[in-house]
Amino acid sequence: MRVGLFVPCYIDQLYPDVAISTLEVLEQFGVQVHFPNAQTCCGQPMANTGCADQAAPMARRMIEIFHSFDYVVCPSGSCTAMVTHHYGHFFHTKGRDAYEKLRKKTYEFTQFVAEFLRPERFDIPFPHRVGLHQSCHGLRELRLGQCSERMLETRDLAGELLSKVPGLTLVKPTRVDECCGFGGTFAVAEADVSVAMGQSRIEDHLQAGAEVVTAGDMSCLMHLQGLLERQKQPLRVMHLAQILAGRPKDINVSTRGSS
Amino acid sequence: MSATVHHPEAAKEFVANSERMQWHDMALWFVRNKRDLQAAKTPEWEYLRELAAEIKAHTQANLDVYLEEFERQAAARGAVVHWAADAAEHNEIVLGILQKNGVQRIVKSKSMLTEECHLNPFLEAHGVEVIDSDLGERIIQMRNEPPSHIVLPAIHLKKEDVGNTFHQHLGIPPHISDPKVLTEVARGHLRRKFLDAQAGITGVNFAIAETGAVVVCTNEGNADLGASLPPIHIACMGIEKLIARQEDLGVFTRLLARSATGQPITTYTSHFQGPKPGGQFHIVLVDNGRTGIRDSDQFREALNCIRCGACMNTCPVYRRSGGHSYAAVVPGPIGSVLSPAADAKQHHSLPFACSLCGSCTDVCPVKIPLHHQLLAWRQEIARLGHLPASKRLSMKAASFLFSHPRLYSIVGSLGRLALRMTPRWLLYNRLNPWGIEREMPPAPRASFRKWYDRERARQNPLPVVSSSSQQNMETQP
Repeated sequence: MRVGLFVPCYIDQLYPDVAISTLEVLEQFGVQVHFPNAQTCCGQPMANTGCADQAAPMARRMIEIFHSFDYVVCPSGSCTAMVTHHYGHFFHTKGRDAYEKLRKKTYEFTQFVAEFLRPERFDIPFPHRVGLHQSCHGLRELRLGQCSERMLETRDLAGELLSKVPGLTLVKPTRVDECCGFGGTFAVAEADVSVAMGQSRIEDHLQAGAEVVTAGDMSCLMHLQGLLERQKQPLRVMHLAQILAGRPKDINVSTRGSS
Repeated sequence: MSATVHHPEAAKEFVANSERMQWHDMALWFVRNKRDLQAAKTPEWEYLRELAAEIKAHTQANLDVYLEEFERQAAARGAVVHWAADAAEHNEIVLGILQKNGVQRIVKSKSMLTEECHLNPFLEAHGVEVIDSDLGERIIQMRNEPPSHIVLPAIHLKKEDVGNTFHQHLGIPPHISDPKVLTEVARGHLRRKFLDAQAGITGVNFAIAETGAVVVCTNEGNADLGASLPPIHIACMGIEKLIARQEDLGVFTRLLARSATGQPITTYTSHFQGPKPGGQFHIVLVDNGRTGIRDSDQFREALNCIRCGACMNTCPVYRRSGGHSYAAVVPGPIGSVLSPAADAKQHHSLPFACSLCGSCTDVCPVKIPLHHQLLAWRQEIARLGHLPASKRLSMKAASFLFSHPRLYSIVGSLGRLALRMTPRWLLYNRLNPWGIEREMPPAPRASFRKWYDRERARQNPLPVVSSSSQQNMETQP
């Protein structure tokens, strides 16, 4: 099984350790992982701004770059959903088959781990109280967990994986799947509302007694981290892959990446 | 037409009052929670949603047939059916009926359609006294404010605000905030208005083609009083309110009550067919842009809307920015889909007043793919040229950058270097909206691709031959 690692641009540039952790977890299970370095961005910022013409070349590049892999794995529900749920209209007339192939083999990280690798347990303990932030696109586009609005029972993949980490205690905020307010360019264009939304997520997780907030999407966590660091709140953010990869050895080590 | 709305600016004041904003957030979340409890108690909930969406799709596909059937059936039972192409025609029809009968005082129950047509100011300009009889609507009418929510029009107000309003307009003593007392005051005030009214206008929740009946749902019974006491009843409805069969109504009434307020049943669900003895019953069917939405593959499902307001209650942006920040007849997610259809330029910022969380789509009882429609509107707005130049140009630049991996890599390195080197005072300023209340993200020395190149690329070569453009040429700062 040859897996192409699809690393969101902001993770590549700002949170390399999240991608390294993803790579390490996959390799632990014997997966052969490659990072094709022609990749840049899936085009979501352009698409979500309404600039379909600017997003379309990104979609075409993704097909070229990943066509030779058996699977594509991405440590982001949002970027995965962009590929699997929002590329369709770029390939209405041309390249439909090639896109279908990409769509079917592209998986979000927790989805891939839960579906193909099915770990019994993870080795490295994480003796901390962890709040799980359910990132919206992973939840409501990819259905990686139970959506509070929907009356259909759905497996909670992230929760299942975290329960296999020794020593980890999962704590539950009262609003289990409210948006953090990142929303891509929304975070800047609607900064006031965005900050108010992030603030209420932080308070909810603090109330629940979380020491760490984790998520399948680093973008949500980047937004929360920005608020937490400004306010010097006793709450850290870590991507799910980082916890599963056994990071950090010492929780007080900065999550601000490898430098 | 009104001026262009910029939601972020319009939201500023509401968000700044943190205590009130949080109260508003929790008040609406309480309603969302009640809805969850009721939906969870209905084992067939998701089936009902599916069914409702299919019934609406079928009705819209055959709208011409069903509208004519409705007109025939309603007329056979003595109703007078009027057709209005737009808001102006609707208002003229209503005024015509009132003038013909010498009506000067009317009571009106809640109707988002008459709000959309701006009927109140039109009638008032022609000397008709209009009293909104829904309690929330009466309160905001006194305050000369538009509704901030389609089901809870005065949800932006606290009981103290209502006490002040009644003090000013109804002459009660100051500083009364006991809801029971305020309700009794309103009841006394409205009773006189009901008895004095010469005609009653109601909205319509559902109209049934096979019976010619209109169905009005209220919790206060105000529509029933307004339709029954005066001799003339005028029911105003958008053409999308139609369903084909009586037996399908239950699908919608069950979804509506639970989605709107978390009640298992609406207090009054009244069916109107024909006039009372010696009275008149008019039904005004209004298009006002609806056929345009119906003709659009992209946005057709927006006509499924039964105006339950669940998308507002769940929307994290609406809860924190308040209904008035949308400066539109219908606020929140469904409003941000409908308003640009009426005027894309004026409402261009509304589809962007959304983090694309998708909660509205999952909560919607008639399965309107709201957040995907909001995304589609963003494209429409860009296509129509209403996107601000800053967004347009930055996305062009980003697309260019991301199409050139080497350049992307170099710019990334330089950007991180700049982020590390720039002094705080220069980094955090008014031109950096991210940094007003947030720290900037970390700026590691090496990107992942740099790390991979160093640590893995050689022992783990790509399975395909890279072209020169795929070589990583990142510069180390």
